Amino acid sequence: MNDTVQPLTMTLHVGDVTSDKRAARDQRHDLWFKRSMLGAAMLVLLLLASIAASTLWGGSLALKTFGLDFLTSTEWDAVNNHFGALVPIYGTLVTSFLALLIAVPVSFGIAIFLTEVAPPWLRMPVASAVELLAGIPSIIYGMWGLFVFGPFMAEHLSPWINDYLGELPLVGSLFQGPPLGIGMLTAGIVLAIMIMPFITSVMHEVFRSVPTTLKESAYALGSTTWEVVWDIVLPYTRSAVVGGIFLGLGRALGETMAVTFVLGNAQQFSASLLMPSSSIASVIANEFSEAYTDLHRSALIALGFLLFVVTFIVLALARLLLMRLSRKEGL
Amino acid sequence: MNSRDLADERTKIRVRGLEFFYNSQRSLKSIDMDIPEKRITAIIGPSGCGKSTLLRVFNRIYAMYPKQEARGEVLLNGENILAPDYSMNRLRSHIGMVFQKPVPFPMSIYDNVAYAVRHHEQLSRYEMDARVEQALNGAALWDEVKDKLKQSAQSLSGGQQQRLCIARTIALRPQVLLLDEPTSALDPISTGRIEQLITELKEQYTVIIVTHNMQQAARVSDYTAFMFMGELIEHDVTDTIFTKPKMKQTEDYITGRFG
Repeated sequence: MNDTVQPLTMTLHVGDVTSDKRAARDQRHDLWFKRSMLGAAMLVLLLLASIAASTLWGGSLALKTFGLDFLTSTEWDAVNNHFGALVPIYGTLVTSFLALLIAVPVSFGIAIFLTEVAPPWLRMPVASAVELLAGIPSIIYGMWGLFVFGPFMAEHLSPWINDYLGELPLVGSLFQGPPLGIGMLTAGIVLAIMIMPFITSVMHEVFRSVPTTLKESAYALGSTTWEVVWDIVLPYTRSAVVGGIFLGLGRALGETMAVTFVLGNAQQFSASLLMPSSSIASVIANEFSEAYTDLHRSALIALGFLLFVVTFIVLALARLLLMRLSRKEGL
Repeated sequence: MNSRDLADERTKIRVRGLEFFYNSQRSLKSIDMDIPEKRITAIIGPSGCGKSTLLRVFNRIYAMYPKQEARGEVLLNGENILAPDYSMNRLRSHIGMVFQKPVPFPMSIYDNVAYAVRHHEQLSRYEMDARVEQALNGAALWDEVKDKLKQSAQSLSGGQQQRLCIARTIALRPQVLLLDEPTSALDPISTGRIEQLITELKEQYTVIIVTHNMQQAARVSDYTAFMFMGELIEHDVTDTIFTKPKMKQTEDYITGRFG
């Protein structure tokens, strides 16, 4: 009797020890897993901080030399070693804003068409076309902008804009200028085409995530497609939509090649959208290889830091806007 | 109630030869049915029998989907709502629908109720306030939410959300209320409140309720229709259906032999 009982308690005992060991091992593994994930997340913050710090350090010479003048002066003169960044800052903000102004409504239209309106056989081709557009390298857009779209602007659009919009009171001066074909408006339009696929695919994805029952309930109350989209789909997906828009804006702010091609790279301040200008990224791309003096190089790096700051401010404003909106709705 | 008969009732919705196709597959087979006014009609049957499909024909919500098609006649007050020139807007202000899952709109409690009314009618602020209060009262929700009308509807419990969905539907003052398994996502207490509410609603509305729950059908409805495989098998006074059904299939289903 005793013999049969003995092995049983032994195995029980052994089993206990192994399960204790196992539990300890599991806990250790879990701890390491959490730590490595934390490490991955920290890496992002570290990268962000070090990029900011190194551009600030690299640009400190220019920032120290010119002080606030670096932000407010329109004179960017490599020969006389005077650098003021207002023209590229203005050019960057205006072209990106123009791009959003054009791309957001169009993207919204495409995304709504794809989710609510399009017959099923048309969805696939249009959705794939949008994705293909997103895959085109920016240099192609730049070339197309310079060789195809620029001349078209010069011959057809610019004169028309000059004649009709240039006559308007108040905003007229925005639309006056010689029909060069390149300039802020052209750059804004090319940028709009470039960021449209990104905004569209984010919107398409989030619109698809709206529960069918939610839409059916709204339709069942007699809402039209427009009312369902505007009152139900959009509020429901608001934060993701704003996120998608700012993803596009982020791209537009930093886009280099295409903008360098079609913006004209002029260092002269002009309010008119038909006039050439420059953007932060295009100035850096154009001048980096020719920056022989320390001050010039430092000014370019300081520009990079500015781009960083501008992007950061824009994204922070977007967050703030979202928070205020959701507080208003009591969500 | 027992002495009543379908033949004595005033017909609100008359269905004649209704067929429904989903991807050219026939899922309703020549349904003929008279739905009495200001009574509660329950539609029961096993899953996939077409009871929800039938309900979705009554307010043409199926028309959202391109591959679904209904043929035949559905007459509301004598007018065929399946006719292409029957205005969808008008149809849906006459026939309201409440769905299985409570889905409040992403807006405040007040706006949830006022939402549809704004699209159909021009009301002053005062009239709108009165309309919202009336609808919330009608859905037995007013006392619970009157102090937090501006709050998001997401903050309500599941049962409250479903009553809010009923409130926003009756705010349009429809003639017919379609309820598609309105309590299947709710706990027993909320279910009890909604059932109580449904029996009160028949004073003013013609109610059609689709339910999986036979006890629920027996508890709340005046008339019950039993469907099977896309056909209407039997439609009679609820007591008759549950105590002495005429058809063998109905009896089998009621007694739990299949389904």
